[in-house]
Amino acid sequence: MNLNYLDFEQPIAELEDKIEALESVKDDADIAKEMDSLKLKSELLTKKIFASLSDWQISQLARHPQRLYTLDYIENIFDEFTELHGDRTFSNDHSLIGGIAKIDEFNFMFIGQQKGRSTKEKIFHNFGMTRPEGYRKALRLMKLAEKFSLPIISFIDTPGAYPGIGAEERGQSEAIARNLFEMSTLKTPIIATVIGEGGSGGALAIGLSDTTMMFAYSIYSVISPEGCASILYKDASKANIAAESLKMTSKHLKKNKLIDKIIPEPLGGIHRDPEKSCNFLKKALIRELKSLQGVSIEELLRERHKKLLGFGRFSE
Amino acid sequence: MSWLEKILPSIGKNAKKNIPEGLWSKCPECSRVLYQEELERLSYVCPKCDHHLIISARRRLKNFLDVEHQFEIAPNIQSVDPLKFKDQKKYKDRYIDAQKKTKEKDALIVKKGLLKGMPIVAAAFDFNFMGGSMGSVVGEKFVRAADSAIENSNPLVCFSASGGARMQEGLFSLMQMSKTSLAVKLMADKKIPFISVLTDPTMGGVSASLAMLGDIQIAEPKARIGFAGARVVEQTVNEKLPEGFQRSEFLLEKGAIDMIVHRSELRNKIFQILSALNYK
Repeated sequence: MNLNYLDFEQPIAELEDKIEALESVKDDADIAKEMDSLKLKSELLTKKIFASLSDWQISQLARHPQRLYTLDYIENIFDEFTELHGDRTFSNDHSLIGGIAKIDEFNFMFIGQQKGRSTKEKIFHNFGMTRPEGYRKALRLMKLAEKFSLPIISFIDTPGAYPGIGAEERGQSEAIARNLFEMSTLKTPIIATVIGEGGSGGALAIGLSDTTMMFAYSIYSVISPEGCASILYKDASKANIAAESLKMTSKHLKKNKLIDKIIPEPLGGIHRDPEKSCNFLKKALIRELKSLQGVSIEELLRERHKKLLGFGRFSE
Repeated sequence: MSWLEKILPSIGKNAKKNIPEGLWSKCPECSRVLYQEELERLSYVCPKCDHHLIISARRRLKNFLDVEHQFEIAPNIQSVDPLKFKDQKKYKDRYIDAQKKTKEKDALIVKKGLLKGMPIVAAAFDFNFMGGSMGSVVGEKFVRAADSAIENSNPLVCFSASGGARMQEGLFSLMQMSKTSLAVKLMADKKIPFISVLTDPTMGGVSASLAMLGDIQIAEPKARIGFAGARVVEQTVNEKLPEGFQRSEFLLEKGAIDMIVHRSELRNKIFQILSALNYK
């Protein structure tokens, strides 16, 4: 099994292995022809598989170990970035990166969750699981953005807020609630993007926004499929089934008007073409920055409130 | 007939007939037998160990507000099962079961009424309704409560008891956190007092939104209050949790709440606070 590919991608992996094997002898005209035909076959197969992904397969892509993380986008998309640290009260949370950033002529405040790729990085960034001090740092920076009329861009990528003893002792609930409370009337535009995994309250605490975007193969959910399965099926291994019930992919959420825009991904997902992915995200961010630029604060808040108060379906 | 024979019929073979099922239960803390009539009189507090049992939202509000002039707000809002959610059982069926069991439409009851003559709005979560979980209906009813409080310039008191967001409504439920937090913010901007009473248990999405945003944060004794469930925390950190972790007394010590108030004292204390905040 090729570990660069997910289980449902194995037929593609087999073709790619064949293509790679031929690489060394491609000077031969016949073999070059054979390679071209295999490449075409691989592309068609990828298109076919990706045309009908299940919600569980999308969840796997959203958490793909080679998916781009916040720091990758900062490096590749932002023209300038000055990191700002700490919540001024307790510590600096490495799961949440923040700072003043610039893309083209747009200055903005940035906050984003970072999962980490190597084991060492993962531990340093706490797997993207934010603690109260991370949310408080985010709030501090958002208040700063409001003060200096900078729009806010947030990247969401977290399995959830960190469920630890210290996090509970320092008021994880209060930190999340306070962010929602303040963000609901913050007098500056907020643009949130789910770049991978949007895990529950831990995501929402930097996700309340005027515009919420999601990469096509990212997920945003009230509970992880594993958590849902362990509660409702008493069996976390039924996560694949729970994933289908939770309707947590970008397509479902857009249809239910719970998010605003979907950012496309290259064929095979972000990790298959990082450069193209960066371009897609950059274009989407500039488009949103431009469209919110001329909007008065009164109108911005009126629309934000209309949106927040409109969430929910019920009968009366 | 001896005195024993006089008593025996009632506690002997006829006892079952005389005390139908549901007339008594046991204290989950000290196992004392509690009679329904006694429980109702004591607002579901154990007379032996003082354990605060879970109390239905309707009884809570009935006891908290003055007997007269109680008016329910938005009593008929119901879920429409937006995701057609199904696990081993359909959400629709679970919902109907919960309605039958509790005789409520959903997990939040909102009332306008008087507290010792002071007009207020009061909301209470019903833990017996799907664990007091917050979906679209709970969010909307909380907003209506806040709207009513703003419109009439009345304070809002909310008694929370909830496992968190209702997963059967997916992201619709998560978004109720934003929706209710905005409602609290709009009250704050109008200087409407919001008193949040945290009761056993207040966890997850409810704790991480409206319940932690009170101007005054009150908890009932020994209530479990937190974001992540104790079992999840234990599994994550792989160590034993500190004594009294996530209980009211622990939160008071950590600075998360203003005070712990016995259920029987809530009416007096909240009236006293609101009066001190110049609400009449």
